[in-house]
Amino acid sequence: MLDHNPNFVLSVEGLTVSFDGFKAVDDLSFYVEPNECRVIIGPNGAGKTTVLDLICGRTRATSGSVNFKGNELLTMREDQIVHAGVGRKFQTPSVYEDLTVFENLELSYPHGYSVFGALTFRRNDTVKLRIQEIAETIFLDTLLEEKAAYLSHGQKQWLEIGMLLIQDPELLMLDEPVAGMSVAERRKTAELLNKIITDRSVIVIEHDMGFVADIATRVTVLHQGKTLSEGSMERVQSDPKVIEVYLGH
Amino acid sequence: MSIASNRLFTRQDIIGFAVLAAVVFIVLPLTLDSFRLNLFGKYLTYAFVAVGLVLCWGAGGILSLGQGVFFGLGGYCMAMFLKLEASTPENTAIQSTPGIPDFMDWNQLTALPWWWEPFNTLTFALLAVVAVPVMFAFIIGVAMFRRRVGGVYFAIITQAFAAILTILIIGQQGFTGGVNGITDLRTLQGWDIRTDAAKETLYYVNGVLLFSCLLIAQFVRKSKLGRLLIAMRDQEDRVRFSGYDVASFKIFIFCLGAAFAGIGGAMFTLQVGFMSPTLVGIVPSIEMVIFCAVGGRLSIIGAVYGALLVNWAKTSLSESFPELWLFGLGGLFIAVVMLFPNGLAGLYADHVAPRIDRLLSRKSADVGPADDTARAAAE
Repeated sequence: MLDHNPNFVLSVEGLTVSFDGFKAVDDLSFYVEPNECRVIIGPNGAGKTTVLDLICGRTRATSGSVNFKGNELLTMREDQIVHAGVGRKFQTPSVYEDLTVFENLELSYPHGYSVFGALTFRRNDTVKLRIQEIAETIFLDTLLEEKAAYLSHGQKQWLEIGMLLIQDPELLMLDEPVAGMSVAERRKTAELLNKIITDRSVIVIEHDMGFVADIATRVTVLHQGKTLSEGSMERVQSDPKVIEVYLGH
Repeated sequence: MSIASNRLFTRQDIIGFAVLAAVVFIVLPLTLDSFRLNLFGKYLTYAFVAVGLVLCWGAGGILSLGQGVFFGLGGYCMAMFLKLEASTPENTAIQSTPGIPDFMDWNQLTALPWWWEPFNTLTFALLAVVAVPVMFAFIIGVAMFRRRVGGVYFAIITQAFAAILTILIIGQQGFTGGVNGITDLRTLQGWDIRTDAAKETLYYVNGVLLFSCLLIAQFVRKSKLGRLLIAMRDQEDRVRFSGYDVASFKIFIFCLGAAFAGIGGAMFTLQVGFMSPTLVGIVPSIEMVIFCAVGGRLSIIGAVYGALLVNWAKTSLSESFPELWLFGLGGLFIAVVMLFPNGLAGLYADHVAPRIDRLLSRKSADVGPADDTARAAAE
């Protein structure tokens, strides 16, 4: 296996996970460059979400390597992976419904991670300013005092994106960020993503091809846990293999 | 809760603490004779456990059905000290080995076991009251939470611990006093704890300790850790993938609950004058969860009322209809779960608190600008 290549933020090599003999991800390799927005597409069950789960430590890989800026992520605990600079948004909006938008963002503010740190954490002006700034980015600055349970589906998705943004990760992973959104919300989300992907690397899983064309630097098509095709949106769209298994549907 | 102010006490909190303080320190002592006051002092020792359960279960979603273990460990630590003080060679002159606790002598022990020795010192015993339950909780917590055991599985395992400890205490009669427990406790550093005056003093000590625990609980709930617990209860994965080591927070709150329970157990021993395995096992552990549920598992103040009311009902009912009590308790639990899941505190928050707020705002509006506006201006 190659040593860490500084041209890549993330190097995934030979990544394999097998669930009772079924290989959900099979010898997968791909590389993400700085400031790249990589979109992963593919039919249901292709292993897209599993790839993100493997990178962020939610699922343990059977073999392979995931190298992030020189750190081998496969042997690290979930919270250590976050501290290394990897943020992950889940497919269904995962926000703390009983807490306000402000409190949701505050808990994601990267400070006071230990028990003692959490007990002595103070809501100072730096924290408040930062939360205000993020809230404006995610269109929720007027709803800071609202309980997250009362937000619309789209707003919850934005809130979760905001919770990741406040940690300023170098690699942001988003699992279907526009699923279930209205057309207007989709447009706003594309605008939001285009704004936040400029100074970091992003991996997005998405089905909506119009949306993919909007944001992608490069596209990886997964099929049965393997890379079917990779490259620019135009190249992938004209690849006969991709048309057969995915786009042709 | 507003953003600018994250005060330790809201107006409702202040009302809650003040009313409870009035009940515990003024109303009960003035209206009850010394026998009944001692009884309520005993009920209040269960409130320590209930407050711990509000933190673990209500806020953190960690349901422990084995809090009796920690209550018992705290109680036994206190009882061991008191028993050793009561077992002077003069008091136990008729035994074959004078100077050791009577139950040891009955069980043919001829020397004090080595692990009883440190309990000759009060300082050690007092430290142990907190440290032993906390260490035990820490071991259980590390073993369970690091392996991501939670929910029902955790509840069942804690229940098993309660059963195991009871069996262990009953089985090791010579070391623990067996099924009778540790009885015939007399003095604390020469001060007779059996007199009415002593019991009254202990009642107040108990009250002060309970309020100290309530203040600690309030501080924890209002800290970021308190909000993290709620977040973990609802979206554990999101907390984990926001960079927190979820297990360490669960271990912390479980240990804090155990510390409260241990203090409660020690105060039980002091006020009631004995400690026995009947306070350790499965049934008392579940009863403690019911106190918490009836009072309101989201409210530390509610939990105290829950402990008081359920126990008071238990005593009055079982005095007149002993065989009906268990059905009554079961019915009460079902009623709480089905009809008012947030307990008494939930009823209060929904129906009483808004009226009080309205009343107070109207009053302050008469005097000057409304309270909240004034505060907002100040900030």
